[in-house]
Amino acid sequence: MLRIENIAKTFNPGTITEKIALRDVSLHLAPGDFVTVIGGNGAGKSTLMNSIAGTFPVDKGKIIIDNEDITKWPEHKRARYIGRVFQDPMMGTAANMQIEENMAIAARRGKTPTLRWSAPAAQQKFFREQLKTLNLGLEERLESKVGLLSGGQRQALTLLMATLVEPKLLLLDEHTAALDPKTAAQVLAITNEIVTKRHLTTLMITHNMKDALACGNRLIMLHDGKILIDVKGEEKKSLTIKDLLAMFEKAAGSELNSDALLLS
Amino acid sequence: MDLIIPTISQGLLWSLLAIGVYITFRVLDIADLTVEGSFPLGAATVAACLTAGWSPVPAMIAAAFTGMLGGIITGILCTKLKIPALLAGILTMIALYSINLHIMGKANISLLQVDTVFSLYAISGMSQANMILIIGLISVVFTSVACYLFFGTEIGAAIRATGCNPHMIRANGVNTDITIILGLLLSNALVALSGALVAQSNGFADVGMGVGTIVIGLASVIIGEVLFGTRSFKNCLISVILGSIVYRAVIAIVLQMGMPPNDLKLFTAILVALALAMPLFQAKLNKRKAAKN
Ligand SMILES: Nc1ncnc2c1ncn2[C@@H]1O[C@H](COP(=O)(O)OP(=O)(O)O)[C@@H](O)[C@H]1O
Ligand SMILES: [Mg+2]
Repeated sequence: MLRIENIAKTFNPGTITEKIALRDVSLHLAPGDFVTVIGGNGAGKSTLMNSIAGTFPVDKGKIIIDNEDITKWPEHKRARYIGRVFQDPMMGTAANMQIEENMAIAARRGKTPTLRWSAPAAQQKFFREQLKTLNLGLEERLESKVGLLSGGQRQALTLLMATLVEPKLLLLDEHTAALDPKTAAQVLAITNEIVTKRHLTTLMITHNMKDALACGNRLIMLHDGKILIDVKGEEKKSLTIKDLLAMFEKAAGSELNSDALLLS
Repeated sequence: MDLIIPTISQGLLWSLLAIGVYITFRVLDIADLTVEGSFPLGAATVAACLTAGWSPVPAMIAAAFTGMLGGIITGILCTKLKIPALLAGILTMIALYSINLHIMGKANISLLQVDTVFSLYAISGMSQANMILIIGLISVVFTSVACYLFFGTEIGAAIRATGCNPHMIRANGVNTDITIILGLLLSNALVALSGALVAQSNGFADVGMGVGTIVIGLASVIIGEVLFGTRSFKNCLISVILGSIVYRAVIAIVLQMGMPPNDLKLFTAILVALALAMPLFQAKLNKRKAAKN
């Protein structure tokens, strides 16, 4: 489904602020893989995800989705295949526009907009049904501006929007990190439901080790721009935080600076 | 009393400029200074076409068209060449000054000897002042309905989303370079059309008539928003049009009260500065109120 071949990214090359964010990373995802991504602050997790989404070009390597080389595609063209939820709940929706208008835009993700009416009444029933699955009462608020929603509601809506048109790849970058614990758990539950029910190929960054172990069928850990740990299947199922820390020490030759990661 | 109709008429003719400024300033979230060049560009184009013997409607279409080109230039400067929008607008504005002189061949063209949209279609027995009002009304109704419909389409929604959250709309597959260029194009077409109408009602086109238009546009937008609300897009459009009329009325009143015309621009600038600072004053006031309670 997704094939990443030897990609690298250095920010501000040749200056004093030069920063190597990804070093020769390769990663293959099978269809339906639900991969959780962990790693300390600055490990390169977001850079990996933004490279796939096309936020910036990579320095070398190839990114292939479903046998199509998208390495040179601009960000907006990649949206045809990729659904995204950002860490910042404000980033995934347009605050000044209604829930309905936001969903109408998401419902034609990847298509060139035309002069047809943007939010036809015929779509409302479909939007309402979709919103109902979130269990947040948003189905009654189709005409509310998104800016009136809470962070958690916006994040749940963004998740729904990102999957309204089935993406070949779903990218979630710490999408629960800015929420309070209760809301975060709620949004994570919705995520699990959507991803597993529809077998979406997904990369989910999280700073919460427990979530990373509990969700998905595969886990990767990034460190200093490299994939340090990659466990899947049965091995992942039985993995504990202690195992993970031991694996990290062995692979990195140092103790994990766990300040940035929630161990519990 | 006899000032009421001309004031409303002027407000209507200038409200196309205000709608144009609304599209960039509020919808796209860009302060676009191109308008200072595209307003006289519309005037210059219409004057050149009319004196060349064109009839008024094709001449105004040509004016809107040149305005579009101005918008496209700024759009390309700020998207493809990554020049900050404010600077891109200034560059186009300066460039247009020379271009407007080329179009007109001199700094000022009188339109008193040619047929304008206000004289050619004059209904017998109706004064020029009333004609300006009627044509102003027709233009404004036509433009605002067209804008309302356009911004309800998929492309229109994409432009609105671009101004609100470019990350979101890119993540949904829209090329924001294109939506920004489209928004600037539409805005400057309206501004040029406004310039074409104002020139015909004034009876001349002048290369210097763009000075301060951005501030006039902003004043209309802000006055309209404060007085008439911003509940929906439809509401905003109506507010902006009414704002433009109120602005003309304010100007007429202060002139009547004896303010020298030379101070008009100073007055408008202060008005806009105060209005833009309003949210800050409001917050301070609320704080003080809260502290008292
Ligand atoms: N746009 C950027 N410009 C410069 N440096 C960046 C940029 N984005 C990320 N970096 C740097 O690259 C490294 C990896 O960042 P990131 O991928 O965001 O880490 P994380 O794993 O915390 O998501 C960090 O050192 C960060 O400071
Ligand atoms: Mg990050």
